[in-house]
This record gives sequence, C-alpha cells and structure tokens, in this order.
Amino acid sequence: MSLLIKKEGLLSTIQDAGRNNFRRFGINPNGAMDETAARLINILLGNDESEAVVEMHFPAPEIVFEEDAVFALGGANFGAKFGDEEIENWRIYFATSGSVLKFTEKVFGNRCYLAVKGGFKIEKWLDSFSTNLTAKIGGLDGEKLKTNDRIFFNQRSKTKDQRLNYKISNHLLPFYSRFPTVRIIKGAEFENLTAISERDFLNETFAVSKNSNRMGFRLEGKPLYLLEKLELVSSAVDFGTIQLLPDGQIIILMADHQTTGGYPRLGNIISIDLPLAAQLGANDKIGFHLISIEEAENLLLDFEKDLNFLKIGSKFAFKE
Amino acid sequence: MNEPRFFSVSEFAICVSFENRISETISQKVFNLAEHIEKNPLAGMIEIVPAFSSLTLFYNSIIVKKSFPSFPTAFEAARVYLQNALQNLPANEEKPARTIEIIFDASAEFALDLKFISETKNLSKTEIIEIFTSKIYRVFMLGFLPGFAYMGETDERIAVPRKESPRLKVPKGSVGIAGKQAGIYPFDSPGGWQIIGKTETEMFTPNEENPTFLRAGDSVKFTAKQAK
Repeated sequence: MSLLIKKEGLLSTIQDAGRNNFRRFGINPNGAMDETAARLINILLGNDESEAVVEMHFPAPEIVFEEDAVFALGGANFGAKFGDEEIENWRIYFATSGSVLKFTEKVFGNRCYLAVKGGFKIEKWLDSFSTNLTAKIGGLDGEKLKTNDRIFFNQRSKTKDQRLNYKISNHLLPFYSRFPTVRIIKGAEFENLTAISERDFLNETFAVSKNSNRMGFRLEGKPLYLLEKLELVSSAVDFGTIQLLPDGQIIILMADHQTTGGYPRLGNIISIDLPLAAQLGANDKIGFHLISIEEAENLLLDFEKDLNFLKIGSKFAFKE
Repeated sequence: MNEPRFFSVSEFAICVSFENRISETISQKVFNLAEHIEKNPLAGMIEIVPAFSSLTLFYNSIIVKKSFPSFPTAFEAARVYLQNALQNLPANEEKPARTIEIIFDASAEFALDLKFISETKNLSKTEIIEIFTSKIYRVFMLGFLPGFAYMGETDERIAVPRKESPRLKVPKGSVGIAGKQAGIYPFDSPGGWQIIGKTETEMFTPNEENPTFLRAGDSVKFTAKQAK
C-alpha cells in the first residue's frame, strides 16, 4: 500500500498546511508553498484539508503506484502523464497498481502537489506532517524524497471511488500568472518609505531572482529607500512578509521563513494571493497592490465560504 | 516607556511593539504580557511570539471575527484585546530564572573569529573570552532557527557587528556574537555572527517534549573549556 519514488526529483518533500504553535521556540511553520493547491486537492479527494501531500519541484520525481490508488494533482503543471495519457490538474484519477506517473515538461508554475485519497501514512512531528529541512525532522525522515523511498497510504482505495472523475470548478482555483499583481496589506515600516519609493513599490514590477527558495524570494527591481535608516530589533514575521534589505532590494518570506526578523517590513501578501507568488520562478515578475486589512479579511472570508461548498460537495461524492 | 504601537504582521497576526531597543525592563514587560495572554487567551488565538521588545499574537481571523462581531475586523478585536491586557498587567515583577551553564571550547579550530575580534578590539584572545564569560546572560527570545536563543547583553568592549558577508555554513554548536547579542547555532546553518567557540550541548532535541535547551527568560552562564 505505497508509492515508490522510482527516480528522485530536484526537491520533493512531504508538506501540509503547516506547523503552528511552536514559533516561539524558533520552529518555523514550514508547510506547502502553495497551500491553497494542497488544500484544494485534499478537499477534492474527501480528505482532511491538512492531510500530507507531496510537494514537487521540476524536474519532478518518477512515481510508481505499488497499489491501486485514487489521487489528484494540483498547483504547477509539469505535464503529468501515465504512459501517453495526460493527467490534468485538479481532477480525480485512479491509478492501478504498477502504473508509473511521469512529469514530462514544465508547462506552468514551480510547485506541483500530489495527494492520495485517505492520505499518506506519515508520522506527525509537533502536530504536522511538514518537513523541516533545517532541523532534519518531520515528513519522511526530515529529508527530501530520494530514489527508492516508499510513501505508504493510510487506506486501501475503495472500488466504488475508482469511478469518480470530478474536477474542481475553475472559479475556486488561484488565478495563476507568471506576472501577477498580488494584494498586500501595509507593514510596520511602510510609512517610512520615501514618497517616490512608496510609488515605485506599488507601481513597478519586481523580478524573482534565481536566488529564491522555500525560505524566501529575492526580488530584483528599482531600489527602494526609507526616509532614514532603521535599525530594528528582531520581532515575529510571517509567510508573505515583504522586507526591505539594506541594499534597497526586497525579499518575500515564504513557507520555510525564519520565525523572526529584523529588516524593515513593507507589507504582507494576503493569504489568498500567496499561491500566485508561490508558483513563481526565476525571471517571473510580481507587482503589489495595497488594500486595507478589512478588505483582506473579507476576501479571506469569501474564499473560505467557497471552499466550504467544495467540502460539502466532496463529502457527498465520497459518502458511503 | 513610549506608548506601544500596534500593527498587522499578516491577516493572522498583530504585533504590539514597545520601544525599539533591547532592555531587561521591556523584556520583562513582554514576558508578563505573554503570561497574562496565556492565562486569558483571546478566542481564536493560535500562538504568541514574544521578542526583544514586542509580542506578536497569531490568530485565526475567521474565528476572531465571528467571536467579536461588533468589531469591524479581527485585527481591531485583537488590538483592543491586547490593549486591555496591557492595562491589566501586574506590576513588573522579576520571575526567578533558571540558571543554565554552557561549556564551550574556545580553541582556535572552533573560535573562527576570535582573531578578528582581537584585532578589531585590540584585546588578547584570553581577554575576550574572560570578558565574555564574566557575566550572566539573559535569554530574551528564541527565533531564527529552531532552538536559537538570542542572549544579551554582550560587554561593549567585545561587541562586534555581524560579518559583512555571512558564512555559508556556521558549524552546529558555534557560539557567536552580533553586536550586543550572543547566540548559539543549533544546526549547521548560514550565518553572520562572529564565532568565538563551540559547545557540545545540544540546543535542539526534536523528539523531547521540550525540544529547546534554552527558553526565554533563562539566565545563562558561559564557561570556556581550558584550551589543551
């Protein structure tokens, strides 16, 4: 009851919706970069939305199903195939024992997610399945997935589930782009920007540098300046925090971000737009649009309401 | 103390920030606030992160919003909650701290930047280690890496800024100085602190119930092992 990593990819890890409650010990939340994609395919499969998923970068691993399984992919499109059959994202598929899943080309995005019905059998560390690569714990032995690793399933697939062929409705999917404008709320030092830099921050686009990873994205663009130099003592930061580095360039903190930081904070990307950032890769460009905290909270509320409909629909589809 | 400042860190977190400096008085206030919040949590609260001179409260904004419908936002409800908590804080009382001894090896092979500090500060290596070990440090906060404790304050005479260009790999257990802060790397990690030695003590043991060796509020006494 498992899948086998027949050939490892660039960086594949077990992730989930992240590890909360331990930030005060310096333990960062980790979790899927594109958390929405991970949640969506779990919900589609009738799973708990925070079940473990496999997060893959390109080149992605070659995967052999060693047992029948119902599964779904989401997030980036890496040209997934069973032999000649193309596998779409956001749709339920049935893999017969022995079938080989290959990812043939990078069509769009940078992080693709795989979930199986019933979830993967992974031991939790501090209430989460996510891999912490720094502390080398969580996920599968705290490491990225390697050739010959086996990931076990929690349950056998049921024959009646194998006929299901649902797909998530488009309006629920993140509006991915290689050049997105993401909505942000003001950070603590936003008002310290010079008037020109404030305009540049909100009107220019910034290129993602190749120096970007699960910890953070370094951006390259017009340098931004504060009215005066600020030396800050460290305090908590979050996924999506946009910080200004001493050289005037900005960095976006991503899923493996440190728990605390001391660089000036210009803003924070709202959670429903984080997937747009999470799918970016080197040379893609991002812009920022400022909204109020009230708007941000309302957008989140609307999105969660929509997700609830999907949850109800999936529960009904998989009903015994 | 100045009036505290409240700002959103994300849609899920509010930070209350006191003065922008490191001081034991402010730190004590942060600890007292943390303790008060833990005893009287906000509905929908996830966790708190006390830092040098601020405290950040993480919350599920949907639950907070539903629990406090009279507020326009979850942020505003959390802000009022924090403000009330600050007004109801008991007077700044020092809590008895655990005192922890950390033995480290300051031999040349581990004390990667001792020579640099010696040249910058015009002190002998022995003097630097003597000054460093002559005081008790306070753990102000944990952050950066799992189990990384920010300690202070380092004596002015040996307070050196971070390296201009960080090391790609600081060895696990390295004891370092950054300005008036001291810290120990729990893992091999990139980092820019000036390294004066190495300890064998495990700073982070993931499978223990309390995985971090040090906790905020601890008092730490460093002892340098005699160089062989």
